[in-house]
Amino acid sequence: MKFGVIVFPGSNCDHDAYHVISKHVGQPVDFIWHRDTDLSSYDAVIIPGGFSYGDYLRAGALARFSPVMNSVKDFAARGRLVLGICNGFQILCEAGLLPGALIRNRDLHFICEHINIRVETTETAFTNRLRAGSVLSLPIAHAEGNYVCDDKTLEELQREDRIIFRYCDAGGETTGEANPNGSRDSIAGICNSARNVLGLMPHPERACEDLLGSADGSGVFSSLADTLAAQVSVY
Amino acid sequence: MNPEAITSEILSTHNLTEEEFARIKELLGREPGLTELGIFSVMWSEHCSYKSSRIHLKRLPTTGERVIVPPGENAGVVDVGDGWCAAFKVESHNHPSFIEPFQGAATGVGGILRDVFTMGARPLASMNSLRFGSLDQQQHGRRNRSLLAGVVAGLAHYGNAFGVPTIGGEVAFDDAYALNPLVNAFALGLVRRDQIFFGKATGVGNPVLYVGAKTGRDGIHGATMASAEFDEEAMEKRPTVQVGDPFLEKLLLEACLEAMRSGAVAGIQDMGAAGLTSSSCEMAARAGTGIELDLSLVPQRETGMTAYEMLLSESQERMLIVAHKGREREVIDIFRKWDLDAVVIGHVREGSNMVVVHNGETVADIPVAALTDEAPRYEREMKAGSAGGSSALSVRARTIERASTLAGEPPALPADAALDYNDFLLRLISSPNIASKEWVYCQYDHMVRTNTVVLPGADAAVVRIKETRRALAMCLDGNGRYCAANPREGAKLIVAEAARNVVCVGARPLAITNCLNFASPERPEVMWSFSEVIDGMAEACLAFNTPVVSGNVSFYNETEGRGILPTPVIGMVGLLEDVRRVIQHGFKRAGDHIALLGTTADDLSISEYAATIEGRTTDEMIQGGRVPVVDLERERAVQEATLRAAESGLLHSAHDCSDGGIAVALAECCFSSLNRSAIGAEVDLGGTIEIPARLFSESPSRIILSFDEAALGQIEEIAARANCPLTMLGRTGGNQLSIKVDDEEVINISVTELEAAWRTSLATKLRADVLVAGAE
Repeated sequence: MKFGVIVFPGSNCDHDAYHVISKHVGQPVDFIWHRDTDLSSYDAVIIPGGFSYGDYLRAGALARFSPVMNSVKDFAARGRLVLGICNGFQILCEAGLLPGALIRNRDLHFICEHINIRVETTETAFTNRLRAGSVLSLPIAHAEGNYVCDDKTLEELQREDRIIFRYCDAGGETTGEANPNGSRDSIAGICNSARNVLGLMPHPERACEDLLGSADGSGVFSSLADTLAAQVSVY
Repeated sequence: MNPEAITSEILSTHNLTEEEFARIKELLGREPGLTELGIFSVMWSEHCSYKSSRIHLKRLPTTGERVIVPPGENAGVVDVGDGWCAAFKVESHNHPSFIEPFQGAATGVGGILRDVFTMGARPLASMNSLRFGSLDQQQHGRRNRSLLAGVVAGLAHYGNAFGVPTIGGEVAFDDAYALNPLVNAFALGLVRRDQIFFGKATGVGNPVLYVGAKTGRDGIHGATMASAEFDEEAMEKRPTVQVGDPFLEKLLLEACLEAMRSGAVAGIQDMGAAGLTSSSCEMAARAGTGIELDLSLVPQRETGMTAYEMLLSESQERMLIVAHKGREREVIDIFRKWDLDAVVIGHVREGSNMVVVHNGETVADIPVAALTDEAPRYEREMKAGSAGGSSALSVRARTIERASTLAGEPPALPADAALDYNDFLLRLISSPNIASKEWVYCQYDHMVRTNTVVLPGADAAVVRIKETRRALAMCLDGNGRYCAANPREGAKLIVAEAARNVVCVGARPLAITNCLNFASPERPEVMWSFSEVIDGMAEACLAFNTPVVSGNVSFYNETEGRGILPTPVIGMVGLLEDVRRVIQHGFKRAGDHIALLGTTADDLSISEYAATIEGRTTDEMIQGGRVPVVDLERERAVQEATLRAAESGLLHSAHDCSDGGIAVALAECCFSSLNRSAIGAEVDLGGTIEIPARLFSESPSRIILSFDEAALGQIEEIAARANCPLTMLGRTGGNQLSIKVDDEEVINISVTELEAAWRTSLATKLRADVLVAGAE
């Protein structure tokens, strides 16, 4: 089992993802420079948070043209696992691997704080170790996390059980107040129809130790690792 | 060199005096050319030369067993154990932030980050200390609010994109800063002890490389601008404020660290104020070498730039590197990988001159020492301020001031019995100086890189060192009112509070950096307050064994003839040997003991109570008030007792008593935080002083502790051994904050109500404007 963390110019949560995989998941992990195109040795790829290319245009709008992104599309098409966190989610939307878009937060500010999300489904490789309906406390840190999509897409996401996380209050209720950025239907994370590509705005990699205020993010990574371990044993 | 007559008009636009010009001619043995005059003007500016402050700064303690790099380099460096060192510094960006808040503040962050990674250190955390005029002031309130919003957005923009956690600092409001806000940026980085880099141009024949962003015409004379007071035309100087590019800086960081690891780099220096000029001649000065540059080779963003413009440009995100001869290719390849320019533009030369060539013509040939060591030093006239610190206001400004403030005594408050202390506490807790600064720090990414152990809003922030069990605590503290009323005692109080803040999270104070914000040094009372501040700071730093390892002086903080209060800001860094021993200020459990280390005196005359409840103006407080007396021995005893108890794992919480006194401090201990619900408290404050003073006095050297019943005996013993007064105040529990004074309950208020007021106050004051600012 081997993980790759993609590094664009301007990625800045690359080290955090790397740290979690090597220290907490305890699996081999490489940084993948955005000009590299060979992903054949990896079982899962993480697109980390940050400000790829400065995000001066639209978050993720330039990163989708990096050479590595064509390889990520092939990688995903072959059913391999792709996890996009924060800027990674924005890039996946820009690249068309996930539907919808992330626009400026409702109040136009960058927001950094711990929020709550509800696990909506455990039917993915990223959440199968979690409990449906459970509430996770994770940090967010973004200016453009307001998820939007058209009615048809939303209906499709709902029908196909592809909304993986929703913002909620501590009791698990999805209220307007508990929605930090104005996302449609309180969406915090979604997956593609093949269920192997997940994008989410909150940072599970920042919440894998009690020392940092929450270890609730570790379930995402243990789900991922367990899924891969099962795949490896099948091979 | 172009022999052009230097007229007195040219001198004045360069902010140089006739005497200084005579000295330039003497040092050169001839008339300078215009380009050379430009070089002298920036290198001899107050900002670069420290010409007014240097003789005083010498009195600060700068050595200690942990000091690896004392002041003089881009950042100071201290040993933090296990082979790691912390490089840190605080620097002002006041003038640019007033002219253009967003970019002014953003480039301040960029500059201080470069100072840190120039030393080979990867930035671990940043903080900032901000001062503005009051938010609801009649005349300038709207502007103050928009300055705050702009500065915070700029700091957030740069730090967030760069990927360094901004973990806190301070935000304070006083009308003395209405037309001259203070924006001081702090950064700290980690470097292995054997991998520290220096800004030295060593090795004659070594190539000099220009790396990073291209040079444009932006920021020309920025250093000179920062060395003069402002007037009505200040806004016309907006083009001297540069535009920051945090993305480019992030690339520059990664490329520089990679180049340093390659072993090809001999010396490296940030191009900050006075850009190419100061970086090249300071590197040569430190190494005792000469340096030669060919400006035709400099990567340029605009066409037709003159030598003068290139030498004085302050374009951001640039560095100068001296590489080992023959290894320049390696450096260039690394920068190319990161899509950055890296060009050899000169070499280290024999002798001791800085020689600059442009299009085959020598445009400057100046002894390096003439620009650095031989720069003027002034022992400026000093005169004690008459009634304390209102000396910082000129007569003209004071007259204007008078018309807009309450004259004479504030209205007398009703007799004790009728005072509504619940209401006082609510008003204090929602005053902008005390209220939660969430609105500010939630805009900063304070968690990136997953090291932030204590989040913003605590006495000090704590960041762990991942590779070890250690962590660093850090805080920024200043108090202009105290320093205006009594600069020497004020400076001692600030250092004491900074050390106490670090102690309250369980860390031992290590060293400080300072940012000395003052009005014009040409006014004797300002210079006197500066000198007094230095002496007070030196005394306190010796007492706490916290040497000064870096810093910055910002003079000429005045606009339209009105100066700011003398405002030294201290950045204190402390060390936790074991990150698991970290403590915070929130009460943890119902039924715990609440105790006070230290004692409360009647220190209300310069306080948030005097300002908010009694409605006193800053001028009235400064002129009529008395600065608390800080007994450094007592302060050390309080801190030592807290640390002993924390290191023994006895404490559930510790909190510094400062703005708003013990009542506010207790309320803050009650409020909820991440993973912690709010919890009430029931206390009885004994003593003999008046009730308002018992509740709201801001006496120094006090820490509120909470701990388990079982720890009581040991804590009493620790306090006794440290010779530190310990008073039991009461117990935690319930949903109310109840404060009795001699058995009579004077405050009883729901913690939920208090917390809501505290949490929402700042956002409420800012909300309407922010929507407008965001739309712009």
